[in-house]
Amino acid sequence: MTRLHPLFLLQVVTSLAIFLFIATTAWANEKPSRIVSIGGSITEIIYALGEEDRLVARDTTSNHPSVATALPDVGYIRRLSPEGLLSVNPDLIIAREGAGPLETMELMREAEIDLAEIPHGFTAKDVALKITSVADALGVPDKGAALADKVTAEIETAHASVGEGAPKRVLFVLSIAGGNITAAGDNTEAGAIIEMAGGVNALKGVEGYKQMSPEAVATSNPDVILVMDRGGDHGISLEGIKAHPALSTTPAAMNDALVKLDGMLILGFSVRTGEAVASLSQALATVGE
Amino acid sequence: MSLALQDNIGVTTVAGDRTRRARQLTWFLALLLAGGMLLSLAVGASGTSLWSGVFDLVTGQDLALRDKVVLLDIRLPRTLMGVLVGAALAVSGAVMQGLFRNPLADPGLVGVSAGAGLGAIIAIVLGGLLPAVVTDKLGYYLVPVAAFAGSWASTLVLYRVATRKGRTSVATMLLAGIALGAIAGAISGLLVYKADDAQLRTLTFWGMGSLAGATWTKLLAATPLIVAALAVSPFLARGLNGLALGEAAASHMGISVQLTKNVSILMVAAATGAAVAVSGGIGFVGLVVPHLLRLMVGPDHKYLLLNSALLGAALLLVADVISRIVIAPAELPIGIVTATLGGPFFLWILLRQRGLLDM
Repeated sequence: MTRLHPLFLLQVVTSLAIFLFIATTAWANEKPSRIVSIGGSITEIIYALGEEDRLVARDTTSNHPSVATALPDVGYIRRLSPEGLLSVNPDLIIAREGAGPLETMELMREAEIDLAEIPHGFTAKDVALKITSVADALGVPDKGAALADKVTAEIETAHASVGEGAPKRVLFVLSIAGGNITAAGDNTEAGAIIEMAGGVNALKGVEGYKQMSPEAVATSNPDVILVMDRGGDHGISLEGIKAHPALSTTPAAMNDALVKLDGMLILGFSVRTGEAVASLSQALATVGE
Repeated sequence: MSLALQDNIGVTTVAGDRTRRARQLTWFLALLLAGGMLLSLAVGASGTSLWSGVFDLVTGQDLALRDKVVLLDIRLPRTLMGVLVGAALAVSGAVMQGLFRNPLADPGLVGVSAGAGLGAIIAIVLGGLLPAVVTDKLGYYLVPVAAFAGSWASTLVLYRVATRKGRTSVATMLLAGIALGAIAGAISGLLVYKADDAQLRTLTFWGMGSLAGATWTKLLAATPLIVAALAVSPFLARGLNGLALGEAAASHMGISVQLTKNVSILMVAAATGAAVAVSGGIGFVGLVVPHLLRLMVGPDHKYLLLNSALLGAALLLVADVISRIVIAPAELPIGIVTATLGGPFFLWILLRQRGLLDM
């Protein structure tokens, strides 16, 4: 057995060290490790991709999964403070389309912080695009493609399993505070998820979330009323609906056809949208029977 | 209405040598303002240190890019904007209270607030309908520009309504201002109904005001208007002092009443219009700062206006510092801070000064 020359050992150790150094710097250059996630659905996707260790902060709308709330909150998605963002020393900001204000975003560019703007929409395709865009920004395109395929398949399966028969008319009620009904029309997350789950939005032709006249609500003839579940006794109850003069005469109220689902689940348009379509279509099929 | 309340201003008495006391107060407030500016430059969500930043700049060392952005592009324009906006709102409030002889008067009375609010709402809700050429050019300055245009348009309308045969009736202006406010409120309500969720949030936040959007461009646009208005204000002191005795008495004293009115209205429209356009609706400062000072140095506008500028600026800077550190890294709208701190404090001063607490 030949003895190893000390110099040779030194050589091995130094080259190993240099290799490690180069490898880690290259790794660091390739993958940002101090990421701020702006937008509830974006945060959800980052967690689903298993990349949450790289997050250093989130915005106020990021409250799912609940462990995300332990991260520092840099403020409301449209009201981000420039110094607040800089204070968490990020190397990448992944933001949902519409995050702002523009002044703040411009200052981030000035400070040479990478900004990834993620498109947002209400179809299965948009959800897949959102997932792949986030994954690209994170530098994990393969994981992104896999997750997007999985979510797309889930949505398709859920959509395909929608029962036969005439589609039900669904009214999404956001609030009945003070007796005024705010409900969802076209171009809303709620309207889109209703259609995906095989229902018909009872307020077609109305744009956005609007406070409706009692008469329009009463004559919209919903078979089912859909509301957000806010946990515990919060939110809208069946008693509240039955006691409301405009809602009490609708088929939905008479058949006790009230569906309560988690708001972030049905309105998030993110990785859980397949689950959302499945639970909503399931609920639509069984409610009030 | 204005006549019924007018004695509130005149009645305030301050014992002793007011001139000396006012001068001392001016020095004190100037120091306070300097302290506020330092605080505003030194404190923020990020750990960037003002001292090491200044040291690096002075010794010619390279400052880290992020520290440079924080100090030079975020904190410095924000501090200067706070000084200008605070001074503009407080001095405008003092001038309005003098002109209308009404302790409840604030710049809102010349239609500035209603008009600016309406302009902002139109820009936020209907901005998307404008041709792309306009929106691309203006970018995020669309809302400030619309707010400023709205404030001037409504002031102009009010002035025309209240002026007959070269004489402006402040009573008519007051009432017409209420009517115009109602009209603007109705149009705003209609647009709020049309707005989507995102626009509603933007609107709500605009109404609470903020200095967070301070940029050099906005500062450069607002500075000439506010500085010119503040520079004119000392010349109004004699006229406003005369008006405290009533218009007839003032004109017997040889004061040009109409000129005082015209300059006051113009000054307030320029200062408040520019301030509201760049920082949104920051309430409370314009109403309360002049009253605080009247309780301390009496109603003489010679001292009141300058001290209002200093105290208004210092107060707004301190409120802004609080707004940016309370829930860091997020931020509170500054209107919440000014009202939360200032409201109870003002109430306490009122009770103390009127001797009600001693009973």
